[in-house]
Amino acid sequence: MMLDYLPQILFIIALGGAILFFAKNVSSIRRNINLGRDVDRKDHKNLRFKKMMRVALGQSKMVTRPIAGILHIIVYVGFVIINIEVLEIIIDGVAGTHRIFGFLGPVYDFLIGSFEILAFLVLVSVIIFWLRRNVMNIKRFLSRELKGWPKNDANYILYFEVVLMVLFLTMNAADYQLQLSGAPHYFNEAGIMGSFPISQFLLPIIDGMSVESLIILERTAWWLHIIGILIFLNYLYYSKHLHILLAFPNVYFSNLESLGKFKNLDAVTNEVKLMMDPNADPFAEPEGDEEEVPEKFGASDVQDLNWFQLLSAYTCTECGRCTSECPANQTGKKLSPRKIMMDTRDRLEEVGKELDKGNEISSDKQLLDDYISREELWACTTCNACVDACPIGIDPLSIIMDMRQYLVMEQSAAPAELNNAMSNIENNAAPWPYNQQDRLDWAKEEA
Amino acid sequence: MSDKMNVPTMASYLAEGKQPEVLFWVGCAGSFDDRAKKITKAFVKILNNINVDFAVLGTEEGCTGDPAKRAGNEFLFQMQAMTNIEVLNGYEVKKIVTACPHCFNTIKNEYPALGGNYDVVHHTQFLKQLLNEGRLKVEGGKFKGKRITYHDPCYLGRANGEYEAPRDLLRKLEVELVEMKSCKSKGLCCGAGGAQMFKDAEKGDKEVNIHRTEQAVEVKPEVIAAGCPFCNTMMTDGVKNKEKQDDIEVLDVVEMIANAEDL
Repeated sequence: MMLDYLPQILFIIALGGAILFFAKNVSSIRRNINLGRDVDRKDHKNLRFKKMMRVALGQSKMVTRPIAGILHIIVYVGFVIINIEVLEIIIDGVAGTHRIFGFLGPVYDFLIGSFEILAFLVLVSVIIFWLRRNVMNIKRFLSRELKGWPKNDANYILYFEVVLMVLFLTMNAADYQLQLSGAPHYFNEAGIMGSFPISQFLLPIIDGMSVESLIILERTAWWLHIIGILIFLNYLYYSKHLHILLAFPNVYFSNLESLGKFKNLDAVTNEVKLMMDPNADPFAEPEGDEEEVPEKFGASDVQDLNWFQLLSAYTCTECGRCTSECPANQTGKKLSPRKIMMDTRDRLEEVGKELDKGNEISSDKQLLDDYISREELWACTTCNACVDACPIGIDPLSIIMDMRQYLVMEQSAAPAELNNAMSNIENNAAPWPYNQQDRLDWAKEEA
Repeated sequence: MSDKMNVPTMASYLAEGKQPEVLFWVGCAGSFDDRAKKITKAFVKILNNINVDFAVLGTEEGCTGDPAKRAGNEFLFQMQAMTNIEVLNGYEVKKIVTACPHCFNTIKNEYPALGGNYDVVHHTQFLKQLLNEGRLKVEGGKFKGKRITYHDPCYLGRANGEYEAPRDLLRKLEVELVEMKSCKSKGLCCGAGGAQMFKDAEKGDKEVNIHRTEQAVEVKPEVIAAGCPFCNTMMTDGVKNKEKQDDIEVLDVVEMIANAEDL
């Protein structure tokens, strides 16, 4: 009978639809990231892999803040491990089976038992997270840039987690009760499948329910749980929560050099070499490939940034560790490294939407001024505290530097005092107006 | 100790056909700033005292370009860098020591891409090397038992991962080393980096150097030890702002070593 297979067919449609929609979003993200300039991050594959295992998989930088770090590890481990159960749920859904891995016996009992305990710990952690965000006055969750959607987004994710965990435990409780009462399809000759260290405490609540009601309860919880997961998967694209996937590539492709080493602009090197070469003929005809449009210095919009910076914009989960370590932010300046990343993503999304409509990237808006102000950019001390603080290898400072380069090299728009210092450097090789010929005068002074 | 410093230049060494063990890169602050010049002199006194064979570029030295690069002026940075590299390579310089973390970082990390490859060390790292080789002796002296806190310069610490050399030297002075709330990889900036030294700060609640000084004052030190001429200026200003200049001195690690021995 066709009708017997209806749940399975519905499930396959839901699963397929969710995967298709997700794939479409992934391709949008990929397209948007590839709008960025090229940067070579494909070297040192071993080193990169090890760093990814340590920092992304191993969460090594999370615990620098012990409370948030440990809670995060619980939710993370819970998320990863409970997903093993999702595999079973998907197979059961497609094949119409009940607890297909049940034949594993004691191993299965151990697994289901662990999932339950983890689900409970996740529930507790998520509630603490919610309290930290909404009740306790933790400064990094109160910043201006978190007002509105970012704050709601963070809470929606927490609500999602609560609902999913409660559904998971409800499903198990009903299933356990059905197995106990020997209901067909649920009953197993060899005994109870799975162990239920947490959901057993829910049995008194469902005690006295008929087998039919229990089946409805179990099926409802099962369906809502798996559909919840599929919705969550597709919510990621619209949320800061993409980090659960992108943290891995972001750490892999992150900067391996000393934090103090800022990138060299090769286009400038060629020009400076030409200027300093006494044999160069300043009036010589430019060679063949000089016909190209000269590269724009620095960044005024997202497509001037490199793909790694754009990947990072999608990866940022807005935790604000960067901002809370930022000396400019701590002293009340407008600069917030987290906002730099959020603005970059918002602008990139805006550009992406234009492209979706088949339009060109419009030039009436850009990252500079429309999203990130000059005041923010000039407040940075380039101290690298934000870069060091990021648990997943994001480098907001590199974006600030690229935008400063645009301001100075394309617009000559440095603050006046900086122009003074720079003209001193140009004229007398020091940022102050001292004569280079006096540079050794200190040696003649009294010791 | 004689009050006459011996500061040979690379030009004079070349004239004699000699190559020094190390080039001392003095930097703009170390050359011109009155406070920073004291750090330069303290370092030279130590080098002279233990007969380290060094030379300076003198009038052939120019700004490394660090503030220009961090202000966004890559063009000016590379002009400075290539001019300096031409001079350094002309003298076939192999090893460079500098008392400025900004010069240190720039020459070490950003000159190689432009053809300048040298073994670059910060003066605290250099002194630590001398100590390990037994050429430098550091003992308690006048700072023994004093309460000292060390301020990590961003461009020595976070940027290049050197947290221990300056602390090891301080421990050799047998001081009571106390750490501020933010230290080492979490060290708080003094507010001078990224060319901020040469401009007014953006609008905010307070200056970064005051914020950092407050962290230092909290641990009640007798001396704030620094390893950067710009941090030194910022912290000195901060201490004055807090009217603590009678209780708290701001000294470079190398000044403390020199003072401990009454050099």
